Amino acid sequence: MIRIQLPAHLRTLARVESEIELEVEGCITQRSVLDALERRYPMLRGAIRDQVTGKRRHLVRFFACGEDRSHDSPETPLPPEVANGAEPYLIIGAIAGG
Amino acid sequence: MSGVRLLVGTRKGAFILTSDERREKWEIGGPHFAGWEMYHIKASPVDPNRLYASQSSGWFGQMIQRSDDGGKTWDTVGNAFAYDGIPGTHQWYDGTQHPWEFKRVWHLEPSLTDPDTVYAGVEDAALFRTTDAGQTWHELSGLRDHSTGPLWQPGAGGMCLHTILLDPSDPNRIFVAISAAGAFRTDDGGTTWLPINQGLRSEHIPDPTAAVGHCVHRLAMHPSRPNVLFMQKHWDVMRSDNGGDSWREVSGNLPSDFGFPIDVHAHEPETIYVIPIKSDTEHFPPEGKLRVYRSRTGGNEWEPLTNGLPQKDCYVNVLRDAMSVDSLDSCGVYFGTTGGQVYASADSGDNWTAIVHDLPAVLSVEVQTLP
Repeated sequence: MIRIQLPAHLRTLARVESEIELEVEGCITQRSVLDALERRYPMLRGAIRDQVTGKRRHLVRFFACGEDRSHDSPETPLPPEVANGAEPYLIIGAIAGG
Repeated sequence: MSGVRLLVGTRKGAFILTSDERREKWEIGGPHFAGWEMYHIKASPVDPNRLYASQSSGWFGQMIQRSDDGGKTWDTVGNAFAYDGIPGTHQWYDGTQHPWEFKRVWHLEPSLTDPDTVYAGVEDAALFRTTDAGQTWHELSGLRDHSTGPLWQPGAGGMCLHTILLDPSDPNRIFVAISAAGAFRTDDGGTTWLPINQGLRSEHIPDPTAAVGHCVHRLAMHPSRPNVLFMQKHWDVMRSDNGGDSWREVSGNLPSDFGFPIDVHAHEPETIYVIPIKSDTEHFPPEGKLRVYRSRTGGNEWEPLTNGLPQKDCYVNVLRDAMSVDSLDSCGVYFGTTGGQVYASADSGDNWTAIVHDLPAVLSVEVQTLP
């Protein structure tokens, strides 16, 4: 079970109140987690990754276990604590402004 | 009892304002999609409960929302706006070539006959269409692929396709306008396009009378006379009597011919409205007086409409999609400001009242006349 925390705007869009729990098949990578998330919540397609290029939207960040994973390859396995549900995978709207 | 429904898009959400045909008391609904930029919301002319909304965010990109119950509930529909083929390049601010990149949907124009068909004008400039109620979008790429495409350049607000006019007498004829490329027309349903900018003069481009490169801010048409078009250009108010083949200036006695919106009275095709703005560097009304100007002669002769509008210390702007008219017997005129006010006139502009004062900056105002 993967735990995912979304920023407020995406929780509204997905109509969820709090943390999401997802079953993800196979190797737990950012790509497999986001693919599973978008399958369950198709309204999130394009909000986290560009639909044409598949790249992370530049003001969206990915955190896990206290580290910024935004620049990791989408195929890099996520930490075991995320894969076993001990720690959440955080999707963050970057702070912009002063 | 008939009434009106205003669909107001703002920098921080959408609002739905409703009233009966007297248009004196208003109910304010919203915010819908709080915190998101709502560039445009528009209803199908053949199904008044079918609404489409453009929702966007600098963080999370473009969403399209659809309502089938007049805005009570909404569903997220398709938001994949992929340019057809390999996008080429257009002119960038510094004169270099820059790849076409989708940024947002500025304007949604539902079909006059089919509630599931909608046109979308986007930045970087292109025209898309859905025929399945917003689930999938396909580019009408003949426009972007026009031979002049590499010469198009963004205006200060981006290279947006902001105006889509559907000819009610000819389903194959569509007019669009792009900042800063100009106006274009198709006569074959969007396969091929013709720049229609003859007669425009823009001093801010190297060749002031070039075929493309003009910063057209808005086009308007009365449905009974689709060959007569009105244009608010960056500077100049223009008119065409031949479907855009040629234009002539009708700015006349306006205090400034810079502005953004332009619209036509619902029952008087020669009565048009503009809201003069001081200049391209000072985006507020001349002399701090918010005045709508009305011409009953199709241009050239203009009268200020001020009753109920602030006549001192007013420094708001009115954006290109933020004016609309209803079709009740006594034509209503509406506009929203960057200061968050929405003004309404139930008597063709003679008298104005602020329906609301303190919304976020208004991006668009559309009105539905309800049975």
